[in-house]
Amino acid sequence: MEQLLTFGIVGLSTAAIYAVIGSGLVLTYVTTGVFNFAHGAAGMLAAFCYWQLTVGWGWPVPVGLAVVLLVLAPGFGLAVERVLMRPVQHLGEAERLVMTVALLSGAIAVARWIWDPNVARPLTVFFADREPFHIGPVTVTWHQALTMAVAVAVAAGLWFLLNRTRTGAEMRATVDDRGLVQLTGADPLRAGRVAWMLSTQLAALGGILIAPTVALDASQLSLLIVSAYTAAVFGWLRSLPLTFIGAVVVGCLESYLTGYLPQNEYLPGLRLAAPALLLFIALLVFRHRRLRGRDRRLVRVPVPSLRGTAVFAASTVAFGLVLATVLSDADLVTYGPLFSLGIIALSYVPLAGYAGQISLCQLSIAGIGAVVWGHLGAQGQLWALGAAVLVSAAVGALIAVPALRFSGVYLALGTAAFAVVLDRWIFTLPSFEVFGVRIALFDQGSVEVSGPNLFGLRLDGTAELLVFASVWLALASLGVAVLRRGRFGRRLIALRDSEAAYATLGGNLLVAKVAVFALSAGIAGLGGALYGMQHRTVTAEQFNLVAGLPIFLVAVIGGLGAVGNGLFAGTAFVGPHVLTGLVSWGHNLVSVMPALAGMGLAHSPEGIVSRFRREWEPLGRDRIALPALLVGLALGWGLRLGDVINGWTFLVWAYVLGEGLRRYAAARQTADPAEPEIPVEWWGLRRPWRADDREVLARGIAGG
Amino acid sequence: MALLEVSGVTVAFGGNRALDDVGMSAEQGRITGLIGPNGAGKSTLFDVVSGLRRPSSGRVRLGGREVTRLGPARRSRHGLARTFQRLELFGRLSVRDNLLVAAELGPERRQAEHCVARIIDQLGLAEVADSPADTLPTGVGRLVEVGRALAVRPTLLLLDEPAAGQDGEETERFATLLRSLADDGMAVVLVEHDMGLVMSVCDEVHVLDLGKVIAVGPPEVIRNDETVLAAYLGDA
Ligand SMILES: Nc1ncnc2c1ncn2[C@@H]1O[C@H](COP(=O)(O)OP(=O)(O)OP(=O)(O)O)[C@@H](O)[C@H]1O
Ligand SMILES: [Mg+2]
Repeated sequence: MEQLLTFGIVGLSTAAIYAVIGSGLVLTYVTTGVFNFAHGAAGMLAAFCYWQLTVGWGWPVPVGLAVVLLVLAPGFGLAVERVLMRPVQHLGEAERLVMTVALLSGAIAVARWIWDPNVARPLTVFFADREPFHIGPVTVTWHQALTMAVAVAVAAGLWFLLNRTRTGAEMRATVDDRGLVQLTGADPLRAGRVAWMLSTQLAALGGILIAPTVALDASQLSLLIVSAYTAAVFGWLRSLPLTFIGAVVVGCLESYLTGYLPQNEYLPGLRLAAPALLLFIALLVFRHRRLRGRDRRLVRVPVPSLRGTAVFAASTVAFGLVLATVLSDADLVTYGPLFSLGIIALSYVPLAGYAGQISLCQLSIAGIGAVVWGHLGAQGQLWALGAAVLVSAAVGALIAVPALRFSGVYLALGTAAFAVVLDRWIFTLPSFEVFGVRIALFDQGSVEVSGPNLFGLRLDGTAELLVFASVWLALASLGVAVLRRGRFGRRLIALRDSEAAYATLGGNLLVAKVAVFALSAGIAGLGGALYGMQHRTVTAEQFNLVAGLPIFLVAVIGGLGAVGNGLFAGTAFVGPHVLTGLVSWGHNLVSVMPALAGMGLAHSPEGIVSRFRREWEPLGRDRIALPALLVGLALGWGLRLGDVINGWTFLVWAYVLGEGLRRYAAARQTADPAEPEIPVEWWGLRRPWRADDREVLARGIAGG
Repeated sequence: MALLEVSGVTVAFGGNRALDDVGMSAEQGRITGLIGPNGAGKSTLFDVVSGLRRPSSGRVRLGGREVTRLGPARRSRHGLARTFQRLELFGRLSVRDNLLVAAELGPERRQAEHCVARIIDQLGLAEVADSPADTLPTGVGRLVEVGRALAVRPTLLLLDEPAAGQDGEETERFATLLRSLADDGMAVVLVEHDMGLVMSVCDEVHVLDLGKVIAVGPPEVIRNDETVLAAYLGDA
């Protein structure tokens, strides 16, 4: 009984922190319609700042607290609102989602940059020097008491703000209809600003209260938010009282699992994963309605021509060949994962680009592909690659079934929860048996991954594997292009654009969604297996949620609808590593870059790939520039192979030549404004149909 | 026997009854008009018939078969197709692909391309066939919705304000199209605010007001019905 109560107190004090953090989340969601994935990251940054001020620089605790809670947190919230969120406020849910995911990823990268993750930073609890007091049989520390008192104060304060002040009324009203709210003389901008400041303060408060009881670690602290998310989902993301109740459920559940879960090697992870599991279940159980009407801003999905895609695929393989022959061994290790990461990014194209399903667990699924290959393909048997794809696809299909009930931000949240369950529990399991089948994952450490055996030819060198991966990326890109042009691709796009219409025409949503989840998971699994080969050994950390965010961001930057995205994302992901060698903080910069780019480009969801295509198209059609480029590249490559120039000189040469010829071709095309004669039967196809065309045709026919 | 039979359908949004014990029917080869002032519940009735909204009570029968518990996709297999008042086009697909998606889901999936070409021709959509649907003016979009519904070869077609935004000549052409569909044996239910069109093409008209059926009859009777006039005048 005593133990029960003691764990209850622990649970309630944790619950108090989740309630504080969760209510901040609800506040921004209700006021601005933004579900802030970076909410926990704000709390994490606050905890680090608090440590820096009070421990690092030795300031008195009250001063440190005041600076963080009253200056830094609201300032950060204000900056986020002004710089990041306001520009995308009027755009779709997806853009806002990308923004906060970028913020989450960026905040973690920045924190790791400033505060070296290898240094321990203990924080003491509040009132550590006071004796705990007793209420009947249970012992309560002053820190626990303080935490609960803070939660009660926050609850009371928020109630007063929302129900008794004009600003509060504005905040409650704003989300439903900004236009309407403005008519009443209220100011949605101000309401949004207040919400962001206040919610960041709440996150900071929660972060500082919880940091002493867990390790001060950037990604752990940012993901503690999962529990707070669960609490908020209990309140349908809009009700504060229900959020508090949710927090109590989550806090106590965690605490009692710690106390009463039997000790064996399979279950400790379950305790860590429990909040994410509960989040997943809560998402399933609590029906949620969309906050706003349908998203009408849809990103174009270009129809790739087969010829263009074939050229693109050939260039991909050529690029792989060139890299394999010009890069040094050390560089190959750095840049080798280009194509395999590209394949993982490509898996977003059918899923998110066509079908509009945003998944944050693609890299986790890639991890499954990698371990399946690692275990089954130890001798390099090619069938094991097929098995890796199939197992990944099966996992994807499994996610799709519950995911049918989610849409938009809830799906992102659900898949993130799934990734966390994998990270914290499934991936940490020792091998186990299900129905007599032995299932081994990361073997609680790392898994050896070997290269494939191509009909007796063993691919083991980094360079060979690079070419191998480039071939697969080319094939996968071709496959996705064929998909886009075919029936399934059309259906996916249709389903995204209007589920109601798709269903009333007789389309089966379940089948289509399961199929696309499975397909894209299969692609991700293939990428994961190839990625594993490149690294030779894989660990669970390489595939966790936080590692997957930058890949998602880079894929968004490339443009989720573009088939060329795989090559772009891979290149954009590993390319910046050039900086690592130049300055000592290069690799920190590299890890922040996807987040920065994501923030910068969330406004232009068409993505960079379509722009590239537009810019390079003239070169592809130019009768002088294109052969010149090919000859120039071949020449450079020959010189490199003959060791006359080094790899970097060659790459610079290739870049300068390509860029120069591109400009030349573009200039030639604009200098030649005479519109090419388009045959009559192509009017309306190769050029837009014009108002007077019908007249012209009629006269032409009449004239015989 | 009527192809579509709706009886006792009630739908409430909160305390507000959008439909209150509504019954109606539609028969093969006939055009049934469904009119009523704004907010009368016409679109809601279409949602109930097509399976997008569950009524709190009442039944829907298609071709004599009870479909009240079936989802929209299953109902479409019983020959139902509809258009939407608030357009539900596949915005990122071309007009041709919009129709193709439908044709590939319908009974003519083997000759889908052929079927689509015929409908494009029939509706005069050739000029916009390759434009993305979300770039179309609303009037054309409505026509594409009609074409997409036709592509699944329905036996019962529900049209929610298909002619809104059309000019006189276009409306006339549309009326001819509707007649020819009905002559081919299709049952058409037409929701429309253009009284001229309704009165000229419909064989029978149902009038809804505030969620209740207030009159049923041939157009010439409805035109002079006092309750109907009152409902519309009260609305104005
Ligand atoms: N999703 C909804 N939630 C709440 N009320 C709704 C909803 N959809 C419709 N209503 C209400 O139900 C009633 C009927 O609406 P409905 O759209 O069916 O009318 P309608 O006859 O189609 O009108 P209109 O001629 O304007 O299209 C209206 O009072 C409307 O406000
Ligand atoms: Mg309507």
